[in-house]
Amino acid sequence: MALKIVKGSIDRMFDKNLQDLVRGIRNHKEDEAKYISTCIDEIKQELKQDNIAVKANAVCKLTYLQMLGYDVSWAAFNIVEVMSSSKFTYKRIGYLAASQCFHESTDVIMLTTNQIRKDLSSPNQYDTGVALTGLSCFVTPDLARDLANDIMTLMSHTKPYIRKKAVLIMYKVFLKYPESLRPAFPRLKEKLEDPDPGVQSAAVNVICELARRNPKNYLSLAPLFFKLMTSSTNNWVLIKIIKLFGALTPLEPRLGKKLIEPLTNLIHSTSAMSLLYECVNTVIAVLISLSSGMPNHSASIQLCVQKLRILIEDSDQNLKYLGLLAMSKILKTHPKSVQSHKDLILQCLDDKDESIRLRALDLLYGMVSKKNLMEIVKKLMLHVDKAEGTTYRDELLTKIIDICSQSNYQYITNFEWYISILVELTRLEGTRHGHLIASQMLDVAIRVRAIRVFAVAQMATLLDNAHLLTGNMQRMGICEVLYAAAWICGEFSEHLENPMQTLEAMLRPKVATLPGHIQAVYVQNAAKLFATVLKNQEGNTDSTAAQETSQLMIDRLPLFVQSANLEVQERASCILQLVKYIQKLQQKDVEVAEEVCALFAGELNPVAPKAQKKVPVPEGLDLDAWINEPPSESESEDEQPKAIFAKEEPKHSRPRHTEVDEKELARRREARKQEQANNPFYIKASPSSQKAYQEAPGVEHIPVVQIDLSVPLKVPDIAVFRPAGLPMSDQYVKLEEERRQKERADKKKKEKKKRKEKRSGRGRKHDSGPESEEDITPAHMVDIVTEEMPENALPSDDDDKDPNDPHKALDIDLDKPLADSEKLPVRAHRAAEAPKSPAEDGEAENAASQEPKKKSSKEKREKKKDKDRDRKKSKEEKKKKKHKHEEKGEDLLGGQADEPVVQSEETNEVAALPTSTSAEVSDLDFWLSNAPVPSNTQEAATVAEAAPVPEAASGTAPDSEPEEPKDTEMEETKSSKHKKKKQKKEKEEKEKKKKKKHHHHHHHSDGGGEESVQNGTVEEEEPLPPMSNYCLLAENSYIKMMMEDADEVYDIQGNLQDGSQVVVSVIFENKCDSFLKSMEFNVLDSLNSKLQRPEGSGPHDGLTVPFQLPPGVSNEARFVFTVQSIVMPQKLKGTLTFIVKNEDSSTHEKLDFKLHFTCTSYLITTPCYSDAFAKLLESGDLKCSSVRLEGVIMPFHHLLARICFHHHFSVVERIDSCASMYSRSIQGHHVCLLVKTSGQTVSIDAKCDEPTLLGNVLDEIKQTFSQC
Amino acid sequence: MIKAILIFNNHGKPRLIRFYQYFAEDMQQQIIRETFHLVSKRDDNVCNFLEGGSLIGGSDYKLIYRHYATLYFVFCVDSSESELGILDLIQVFVETLDKCFENVCELDLIFHMDKVHYILQEVVMGGMVLETNMNEIVAQVEVQNRMEKSEVSLFLDR
Repeated sequence: MALKIVKGSIDRMFDKNLQDLVRGIRNHKEDEAKYISTCIDEIKQELKQDNIAVKANAVCKLTYLQMLGYDVSWAAFNIVEVMSSSKFTYKRIGYLAASQCFHESTDVIMLTTNQIRKDLSSPNQYDTGVALTGLSCFVTPDLARDLANDIMTLMSHTKPYIRKKAVLIMYKVFLKYPESLRPAFPRLKEKLEDPDPGVQSAAVNVICELARRNPKNYLSLAPLFFKLMTSSTNNWVLIKIIKLFGALTPLEPRLGKKLIEPLTNLIHSTSAMSLLYECVNTVIAVLISLSSGMPNHSASIQLCVQKLRILIEDSDQNLKYLGLLAMSKILKTHPKSVQSHKDLILQCLDDKDESIRLRALDLLYGMVSKKNLMEIVKKLMLHVDKAEGTTYRDELLTKIIDICSQSNYQYITNFEWYISILVELTRLEGTRHGHLIASQMLDVAIRVRAIRVFAVAQMATLLDNAHLLTGNMQRMGICEVLYAAAWICGEFSEHLENPMQTLEAMLRPKVATLPGHIQAVYVQNAAKLFATVLKNQEGNTDSTAAQETSQLMIDRLPLFVQSANLEVQERASCILQLVKYIQKLQQKDVEVAEEVCALFAGELNPVAPKAQKKVPVPEGLDLDAWINEPPSESESEDEQPKAIFAKEEPKHSRPRHTEVDEKELARRREARKQEQANNPFYIKASPSSQKAYQEAPGVEHIPVVQIDLSVPLKVPDIAVFRPAGLPMSDQYVKLEEERRQKERADKKKKEKKKRKEKRSGRGRKHDSGPESEEDITPAHMVDIVTEEMPENALPSDDDDKDPNDPHKALDIDLDKPLADSEKLPVRAHRAAEAPKSPAEDGEAENAASQEPKKKSSKEKREKKKDKDRDRKKSKEEKKKKKHKHEEKGEDLLGGQADEPVVQSEETNEVAALPTSTSAEVSDLDFWLSNAPVPSNTQEAATVAEAAPVPEAASGTAPDSEPEEPKDTEMEETKSSKHKKKKQKKEKEEKEKKKKKKHHHHHHHSDGGGEESVQNGTVEEEEPLPPMSNYCLLAENSYIKMMMEDADEVYDIQGNLQDGSQVVVSVIFENKCDSFLKSMEFNVLDSLNSKLQRPEGSGPHDGLTVPFQLPPGVSNEARFVFTVQSIVMPQKLKGTLTFIVKNEDSSTHEKLDFKLHFTCTSYLITTPCYSDAFAKLLESGDLKCSSVRLEGVIMPFHHLLARICFHHHFSVVERIDSCASMYSRSIQGHHVCLLVKTSGQTVSIDAKCDEPTLLGNVLDEIKQTFSQC
Repeated sequence: MIKAILIFNNHGKPRLIRFYQYFAEDMQQQIIRETFHLVSKRDDNVCNFLEGGSLIGGSDYKLIYRHYATLYFVFCVDSSESELGILDLIQVFVETLDKCFENVCELDLIFHMDKVHYILQEVVMGGMVLETNMNEIVAQVEVQNRMEKSEVSLFLDR
């Protein structure tokens, strides 16, 4: 044995290590592949040895070779061996190799589960770290399921290094095993407030990533993120949060309103460009979500646009790029603000940087108008000529087409110009977008009737010059244009000036070199042309000419009959026989033209792209069922290249002669009209173009174009391929200019006339200033033919959702309580494993009680199946729960959140355990339904004992749910502080809502006729007066301080000895024209109340306010105070010092203020159930006191709302003019009120376990009402 | 999310590749080639963002890169990452390398690819930014290197 080790070590001396390998490869530049293959042979030998060091070295080298592109998956098992080494050095090598080359289908991954679990619970944090890092790269659904619980435990590890890694990897676990999201989410949320900034940042990262895909489920976290945003100084975290808000605001415009101010402040104050940029971005998102109605709306846009302009003008190309990127977002909703910077953007088109040019192009898309379209496109055409490199040129091409065709050709006033642009674009060599140009040509020619004459002429020229286009024969190349040209010439051949010439052009032998699908179109349309030619020639009574034409066809078509392309062959032989037959008839002097034309008669309607999809499946038709039994495996191999234009192929969709009686037709038409009116996806003709529908027999349902030719459609000269001189489109630009001028002059004349006629002067404005959008009328009154949709089209829009998106599975409601079946699977593992973390202990117990240890792999497999079944079951249950909200007894989520701060994993495990006994269930149920929750579990138990909740309690609460889902959320409120904040916010929102619509009655169906009143949620007829908790703290000519009287009060430990904390929010508002900076907030501590200062600062040091104030801006800061006794109100003297900075001077100023802590501010709004309330009163621990208020003339519900709002009470129950209310102090004192009113007298009977506190609170209530 | 991190030199030779989404080896090489092709033809004074690597990502993805002497550091990221933030991150990563290798140069990366990986693992994990504080990164890397050293000496003693 010893010898073996020695031998191993000696061998190792001669082994190559990574450095040797690299050096070797560098020295064998000529025969690298050969050298590496010998190295791989050596590595294979090394891997066969027992010595782990040798193996690790080999694996390390493999990792390097993997980077060079060698597949090393054959060594996967050896990698697992190295991963399981007890030495950190080798383990790390193993995990690195695994992370580089393992993936979901690597089968040895199955073997790693236990090893990874062992490493995760290793006492050495770096073993754990390495395992987490590796796992993050190759986690599979199985690993995620099996390890989710272990990782979740690690989120509460003592070391922040592990915590942050565990938090991050949870995202990967969620993706692979979506069931874990709900059980793990509460803890993840806790990590948002982790003391370690790294962990906090990781949690923000994960939640942002989750929320980005399914934002609506994370709206409830907005208050928490808001707090983080105003308190965090870490730019990384800020950027993430601000990005997240950008995703949330579209769902909740009120959030946006709240965001504008702090974001604007950040924009003003931050020096970090990255942060500034993200702020601007989110402000834009907010502005987009707020459609209108904000007074300082335009100011914010101006600010954004102005900041972006600065970015774009910056010499740093990165900022320029981002500026343009953000600008394009504003463009969508506020095009006007961007359009004023057109100069800047056009300038960017000349930038040497392609990325920037592309961005500028994007912007141009939204900046065009009828007025400037031609100008902009002209500029782009210049760039097309200049552009080097096909990608950018192709991008230009698509952009030109996009710009012109957007919103149904809204901005095109002159289609002749557009066709000539398209024709000019065909000169581009090597473009991949021939297809795009072709489909545009087809679309315009089909839908704009007035243009057909012109289009046909242009297309005929194209066909004549086809040799210039056929240079590029690749698919999608420019030759695709010929497809469109041939089709247009054939279909609208009646407009051709010289159809014979075109026919000849289409039958040239060279055509046979074109791609098959184009040839097919050539052949078919040659036949159409042939029909037209015949018709013309027969009309001329020149029979020989007609026969010559037939002969031409008969001569040329055989070329196509021989085509290798089936489609071409079939059509050609069909038509050839037809023509032969025609020739026969001609020789007998029979007039055939009429009949031949009938072959191609009928109008063509454009069909909407989605029309096919929207045809409803007829009843009883199962599209998935086999019509015939499927043939055996042998499928024909020779796949025909799919015709690209299949969907536009007119031949199949064109109903030639439909024999339907008039009535049926009329009925269908009517139905379709109805359908179109109701169908939002029906593409209607653009509203801006004047509609002039003309009824024509047979085709009434097609909106028809009325042509008003103010400019003769005569083209100066069709010389597309003219080498020099003005491009044709430019001539149109000129023509169009003249036309517009003329039009303007006409208009003026008309108006003058009008004015003469009636001198009232009230007529239209007749300014001769710059013409506005509406003034430009299209050259010809173009009515674009709308696209057809099938009758009974299905109104669905789910067309663009990707069913394979892994994030779809994560669309999970996180506010719903957890079900028992949802807990993470805990697998039993060997109890003999060396040292254990406390977490594992809990887990082991847990597991032991649930499932016996499995021994053989067979059993294991069975187990897995079982588990899968379980999972399925849990899914079903989840679904059920969606329908029935009642079953929320087993709220694990609540149970966990109840733990104030997670200190030991053990307690957490306990909390996460399912509560199975019915007593516990009712406990939780009781807790859930808004009972006062003392913060430590002991008290919870006593309260629960004292108040065994009857079934009725669980019945009443959910009753209200279907009516008002927000109420449910409130009922699920936990004592965790952020929840409370949310609740508070909701309350405020509700009050706001109430103000808006107060005619909405809301009765809880309690059956007994009495109205149980939730915390100010009952809406009555009279609106509540607006209430504000902010009071003026101090003010001078520079600054105003407003204090929200203890906005949020919470205790950290619920422990009397540690004292409690009070958070005070102060709004600082800059009232002067100067910049305020270096603000310091200081308070003279009293014995009882102390300002919390950062560690290391003395008891008299001030706190720096974490922001500066530009003129006119206000911002909010929070200060934490530690309070010993809360029974008495407190006053604290304080000073704010700050520097006022002018352009030339800066002065030091100070402002004194007094902070007033009322007893009320120590109360927390805590909802309470009437049963629990009754028990509390009966318990006899409470001291009594009462107060009478005279001359209160407000409605009772206002009075209650006031008490709720100003004094943090919640209404327990209200019967007529009597209500019971509850609140709890931060140190756990219960305060109960019974408020009665008769006439103008209000009597309040109160009970509390602390008489002094009670007395003070009552005094304060009295004060509140004496003020009004 | 970061989809991939690629480091290659001015000739397109890979020095470190880290994909956070699985691609087969030949595909990886193709992506490197394509990325190199895209990045290398850009001047040094143009912007550091690139859209449209066709092989990796799609419309939501961007290439964000920096060019240091002989090396390109390319991050492929989606729209949830801040562009300027990632640029900063690349800087942090390179400065960290500089600290760990003491005046890092391409040779360090060539011969110590594994170490570079270990450093990167402390910066980015599973495609998400793990740590941005350079001192913290360096500290963690050093502790782990010390552990490795103590293990090696243990081995030699035996």
